[in-house]
Amino acid sequence: MDKDVSQIGRWQEERDRIRAAEGPQRDSLLHERAQWTRRSIVTMIQKAKAGHIGGDFSVTDILTVLFNDVLRIDPADPAWAERDRFILSKGHCAAALYSTLAWCGFFSPSELDTFMAPLSPLNGHPNRRKVPGVETNTGPLGHGLPIGVGAAIAARLTHGPERVFVVLGDGEMQEGSNWEALMSAAHYRLDNLTITIDRNRLQQGAGTEETNSLDPLPEKLDAFGWEVREIDGHDYAALIQAYRPSMSGRPVAVIANTVKGKGVSFIENRVEWHHKVPDAAQVELALEELA
Amino acid sequence: MSVDTLTPGTYDNRTAFADELIALAENDDRIVAVCNDSVGSSNLVGFRDRFPDRLINVGIAEQNLVGVGAGLANRGLIPFVCAAGPFLTGRSLEQVKADVAYSAHKVILCGMSPGMAYGELGPTHHSVEDLSWLRALPDLDIVVPADREQTRRAVRGAVETPRPTYIRVGRHKVPDTTVESTPWERGRMQVLRDGGDVTLIGTGTLVSRALQAADALADEGIRARVLNASWIAPFDEDAVARAAAETGGIVVAEEANIAGGLGAAVASVVAQLPTNRVRVRLLGLREFAPTGSTDFLLEHFGLTAAGYVRAAREVLGRA
Repeated sequence: MDKDVSQIGRWQEERDRIRAAEGPQRDSLLHERAQWTRRSIVTMIQKAKAGHIGGDFSVTDILTVLFNDVLRIDPADPAWAERDRFILSKGHCAAALYSTLAWCGFFSPSELDTFMAPLSPLNGHPNRRKVPGVETNTGPLGHGLPIGVGAAIAARLTHGPERVFVVLGDGEMQEGSNWEALMSAAHYRLDNLTITIDRNRLQQGAGTEETNSLDPLPEKLDAFGWEVREIDGHDYAALIQAYRPSMSGRPVAVIANTVKGKGVSFIENRVEWHHKVPDAAQVELALEELA
Repeated sequence: MSVDTLTPGTYDNRTAFADELIALAENDDRIVAVCNDSVGSSNLVGFRDRFPDRLINVGIAEQNLVGVGAGLANRGLIPFVCAAGPFLTGRSLEQVKADVAYSAHKVILCGMSPGMAYGELGPTHHSVEDLSWLRALPDLDIVVPADREQTRRAVRGAVETPRPTYIRVGRHKVPDTTVESTPWERGRMQVLRDGGDVTLIGTGTLVSRALQAADALADEGIRARVLNASWIAPFDEDAVARAAAETGGIVVAEEANIAGGLGAAVASVVAQLPTNRVRVRLLGLREFAPTGSTDFLLEHFGLTAAGYVRAAREVLGRA
C-alpha cells in the first residue's frame, strides 16, 4: 500500500496539539478524532455491506488515545525495530484499526474505500503482510496476547525501550490461551506489557455474563499477578492516565468499561449490532449523530 | 556417497539438534529457545546452561508457546520453539496457522520425538498427523531430517531462510544415511541410490529402511532408486515425476498417517501427470496404533525394509 506522507504530517501536527493540550481542550480534540473514525467506520461498513460495527465503536476511543498520544510509532517507517508494538487481538474490529492506521498515514485514507472489496489488502481481519502498521494477523480470538508476551520478552532480551500494547475484547477472555499468556506475563514480570480489555459486556450472541461469566474480572487479573486499572473506556483523561507505565513491576491490565456501539443511539448496547449492517436511512442517522 | 564413510551405529537426532543449536547460538544472539516444560525432552539442558536468559520455558501451555514464538520473531529474534510433536502441532495448530504461517513470522517449530517415538505411551503421544496437518498450510517449510547430518543442516537452514520452518527432530535412533557431501537443497529430494526398476521414497526413520530394501531387491535383480524426501514442503514434484517416468513403480513409506502426508503428496503429483502408467503403494498408518514399542509398531505397520520389498514386488507385478 502507498504511504501518505502528507497524511503523516497531519497526524503528527494533531498529535503534537493533543499532547500539548489539557483538560476539556484535549478531550475535545480527541473526541473530534474519535468521531471522524466512527464516521469512517460507518462509511466503510455501508460500502462493504459487512463488518463489526458494535465492537468497532466500543474500541474507537481506546485506539484514538493510543495512536494519537501514547504509542511511539513512526508511520513513515513501520518496521522501525524499537517501535511500540500494538496488537489488536479482537481482529474483527479491523475497520476501526484501518481507519486509525489510515489517519496516522500508514496508508492513504482513500484506501479505506476498498474495505473488504475483492483483492483489497483490507481484509475483514488484518493482515500484516499487506497492511503496514499491522503487527500480526488476528481474527481467531485468543491469539494477540501470547504474541504480545513474546514481543515483551523480546524487548527485554534486546534491552529495547519499546512497550507492547494488546487490545482484547471481553468476550475473548473466554479463550484459554489468554489465561496461559496472563500467567506467563506475570511470571516473567513483563512490566513493559499493557493489555486493554474492551469491557463492553456483550459478545456475538448475548451478554458475556449470560454466556460464560467473566466477573469478577479485576480480581481474577489481580490474582493472576497483574496490576489492574479499571476505568471508563470512553473517558480520554482516564485512558491516558491508565497508559502510564507500570508502577509495580507487574504487567498492566486496563479494564476499559465501554459501551458496545458507543456513539450511535440505536446501536448502543444492542447485541444484534455485533455485525449488523446499517441500511441507508440508518447510515444517515448514524452520521448525523456522529457529526 | 560411500557407505564406508558413514559412522556405524544408530543415533538420536536430538543430540545433533542440540549441538548445532548451541554452536549457532554462540555466534548469533538472536537465537532463543522456547519450550513447554520440555527442557529435558527437547534436549535443551545444554542450551539452558550456556544461555540461561535465552531459554524461555512457558510451562505446559502450548498455545501460548507458539504465540510467544511469533512475538519474539516479530522483534527480529530467531525462536526455536520446541515441544513434543503431537502437542506442538495438535494443540497449537491454529497458532501455527495464524501467528506463524499466515503472519509470516519466522518461527522455527521443532517437533520433538515425532512419529511413534513414544511407543507404548500410545496414540495421544504419537505425532503421526503432523505432516498432514502442516502440509495443508501455505508458507511453512516442513523438513524431516533423516539422520544427524541432515538434522544439523535443517537447523542451520532454518536460521538462514526468511521463512518459518517446521523440523521433525527424531528421537528413535537411526543410522547415518547421508554425509556432508550429500546435496541439500531446499525443496529437493536426494537421490541416495539410483536405479531404474522401482522407486522407494522414504522420510525420516524410513530412509535407512529404504536403503536396506534396495540392497535386498538388488539381490533379486531389481534395481531400486531411493529418494530421501527430507522436504515435505516445498515438495519436490519434479523428482516424483521423474520417478514416474523412469521407473516402473513407486513405493512411499512414512512414519505418519497416510491421509494427507508424504504419500498423499506423491500420489497427488502422479495422479496429475499427463500420461501415467506407474503404480504407487503408500505405506503408513490408517488407524490409531495399538500398544507397543516404536520398533514393534514400525514392524506392525510394515514400515520396514521387508515392507518396502513386498510393496516393490507388488507394484512391479512380481508378488
